[in-house]
Amino acid sequence: MDSGHSSSGTSSTMDSKYLPLPLVAPGHTNDSVTEKISHMTMEKETPRAWWLTFLIALGMAGGLGVAILGLLFVGIGLWGPNTPVGWGMDIINFVWWIGIGHAGTLISAILLLFKQKWRNSINRFAEAMTLAAVLCALQYPLFHTGRPWLAFYWLLPYPNTMSLWPNFRSPLIWDVFAVSTYGTVSLLFWYVGLIPDLGTLRDRAKNPIAKVLYGMASMGWRNSARHWSNYEKAYLLLAGLSTPLVLSVHTVVSFDFSVSLIPGWHATIFPPYFVAGAVFAGFAMVLNLAIPVRWIYRLEDVITMRHIENMAKVMLATGLIVAYGYFMEVFMAWYSGNFFEWFMMKNRAGGPYGWSYWLLILCNVVIPNTLWWKKARTNTIWLFIVSLFVGVGMWLERFVIIVTSLYRDFMPSSWGYYKATEFDWMFFMGTGGLFLTLMLLFVRFLPAIPMSEVKMILPGAEGRARR
Amino acid sequence: MSDSGYTLSRLIHDLKEFSVWARSPEPTGVYGLMAEFATPDDVVTAARAVRAAGYKKVDGYSPYPMESLIHELDQHHSWVPTIVLGGGITGFLAGYGLEYWSSVIAYPMNIGGRPFHSWVSFIPPAFETTVLFASFGAVLGMLALNGFPRPYHPVFNIEEFAKSASNDKFYLVIEAADPQFDGARTAELLKTLNPTFVKEIPA
Repeated sequence: MDSGHSSSGTSSTMDSKYLPLPLVAPGHTNDSVTEKISHMTMEKETPRAWWLTFLIALGMAGGLGVAILGLLFVGIGLWGPNTPVGWGMDIINFVWWIGIGHAGTLISAILLLFKQKWRNSINRFAEAMTLAAVLCALQYPLFHTGRPWLAFYWLLPYPNTMSLWPNFRSPLIWDVFAVSTYGTVSLLFWYVGLIPDLGTLRDRAKNPIAKVLYGMASMGWRNSARHWSNYEKAYLLLAGLSTPLVLSVHTVVSFDFSVSLIPGWHATIFPPYFVAGAVFAGFAMVLNLAIPVRWIYRLEDVITMRHIENMAKVMLATGLIVAYGYFMEVFMAWYSGNFFEWFMMKNRAGGPYGWSYWLLILCNVVIPNTLWWKKARTNTIWLFIVSLFVGVGMWLERFVIIVTSLYRDFMPSSWGYYKATEFDWMFFMGTGGLFLTLMLLFVRFLPAIPMSEVKMILPGAEGRARR
Repeated sequence: MSDSGYTLSRLIHDLKEFSVWARSPEPTGVYGLMAEFATPDDVVTAARAVRAAGYKKVDGYSPYPMESLIHELDQHHSWVPTIVLGGGITGFLAGYGLEYWSSVIAYPMNIGGRPFHSWVSFIPPAFETTVLFASFGAVLGMLALNGFPRPYHPVFNIEEFAKSASNDKFYLVIEAADPQFDGARTAELLKTLNPTFVKEIPA
C-alpha cells in the first residue's frame, strides 16, 4: 500500500505502469465530485437494478420476520442446537456478521491513522456496512434467548425486582458490552463523518421536505474553519478510539470460546486469529458490495482500480494470517501432546464433518492465493468470485470451530451430530435480506461516498500556501 | 508548526469573551461582511492579509477541511481532546465502579472459586465503557463547541453562500462585532484580495 502520492518527479524516466493509479480520475473538480455523488441520492431516477435487488432483499427480510415470529410462538426448539452441540447456527452467524463489520472500522479508523488516502472514497460505504452487519449480528444473541424481554436482567446490569446482577467474570457479558459499544461507536463515527455531506445535500435539495430533513440531520453545519477544526479533532480521536475498540470486539468474541476448556476452543491463538479472520471476511464483503455498486452507478472515477487492488491486497494479507492460524491450530494440537486435542483435530479433518474442513481450506487458503497475481487483483469479476468464496469460507470456519469441537467431546457415550433446521436457514437468509435492504436504502438516501473527503485529495486542495 | 500552547491567561480571555457573547443582545442590522473566493489559494492569502490587518472576529469557509486556512485563522486549538479525556476517565470509573459494586457489594457470588473482586475479568467491560464515554465526549463535545444544533445563521442569508459553500467556493467573513470593523474600510480591504464578490450580511 502506498500513501497516496500520485505523481513523482522521476516519472519521465519510469515506465508509467509502475506509477500508482490516481485515487480520483483526472479532470475532476470540487463541483463535479459533488454532482457525481449527489446524483446517486434522490436527485436522479432510481436505477432499475436498484429496484430489482431491493424487492428481492425486502422479500428475504420478510423471511426474517416470519422466522422471528415462529421462534417467539414456538420457542428455540425450532433451531438445530441440542445436546451435545449446544451452539449452532445462531452463534456461527453472529460471529460471521460481527466479523464482517470489522472491515468497515478498519477502513475508516485504522487506515485513517495510517494516513492511507485511498480510504477516502470507500470509508462511508464500509462504515454503513459495519452498522448493517452489527444489526444483523444482534438478532442472534437477542432471539437465541427465546423470550428476549425476560432475558435482559442477565444481559444488562440494571436494578431489577429480583436484585440480580450479571456475572462480570463471564466472557458472555464482556461480549454484551463489547458488541453494544461497538455498534454505538460505529454509529457515532458514521454520523459525524456524514454531517458535512448532509450539509451539501441540504444546500442542493430542491424538494422542501428533503431540504428540511437533510437540514435537521446536518445540525446547521456551515463549513466554517472553526467547525472543521473541532470536527477534524473529533474525527481523529474517534478513529483512535475505534482502533483498539475494533480489535477488542473480536478478541472478546474469541474469548467466548477460548476461555472455556473444550478441545478446539481452549487456545491462545484465538484472539489474533479471529480478528484477522474478521477483517478478511469484511474486506470480501466490501468488495462484494463495492464491485456491483461501482458498476451500476458508474463510479470508476472515484472507486478506481487502485482502491480495488488495495482491498484485494489487504484480503490476501489477512487471508495468509488466517491460514497461519489454521496451521498453528493443527500444530498445537499435535505438539501439546494432549490426547483430546489431537483426537479433536484428526476428527475435525477426517471425521463425518471432514468435508466442511477441507471446503474451508479450499475457500480461505487455496482460492485467495490467486490474488498474488496482479491480473487476478485487477479483474473485478474474478475478485468478486474470490470474495464470495471467502465469505463462504469464513462462515465455514465458524461452523468448523463450533460444531466439530462440540459434537465429539471427552465421552464417546455423549457423541452426537448437528444438523441445522429450515428455520435456522430461514433466519440466516433473513438477516442477509435485512443487510441488503439497509445497504440499498443507504445508497439511495445518503451520500455513499464522502464528498468532502474526496475533495480533500483532489490536486491542489490545500492551495500553494500550505506550510 | 505554530506553537499551540494554551495558557491560563488565554483561557480566562476566552471565558470573558464567552460571557460577553452570552449576554449580548439579539443582533440587529449587519452581521458582517462576506467575501467569496474561487480558489483555496485566494482564501488562504486573504485570511492572512485580514489577520495581519488586525481583525480578530474572522471566520473562513471551505467545502472540505483545509489545514492551511485553519492555521491562518489561528483556530487550531479545540477543547474536543480535553472533553474526550474527561469522558474516557468517567467511563472507566463508571464501568469499573459498576462491576466492583455489583460483584463485591450488592450481589457477591462464588462462581468457580474466583475472587469477588476479579479485577482481571473486570478489564474488558471497563475498557468498553471507557471507549463508549470517550466517543460520546468526542461527538457531543464537537457538536456543542460548534454550537449545534443551530437552525439559523446569518451567513445563509447570502444566496451564493447557501448554494456553494458546501460545494466548491471559499468564503471569508469579518463580523461587525470586531472592534476594528468599519463598513466601508473593511469592504475596501476585502476588495483588494481578489474576491469574486464582497457583500454585507444582514443579521
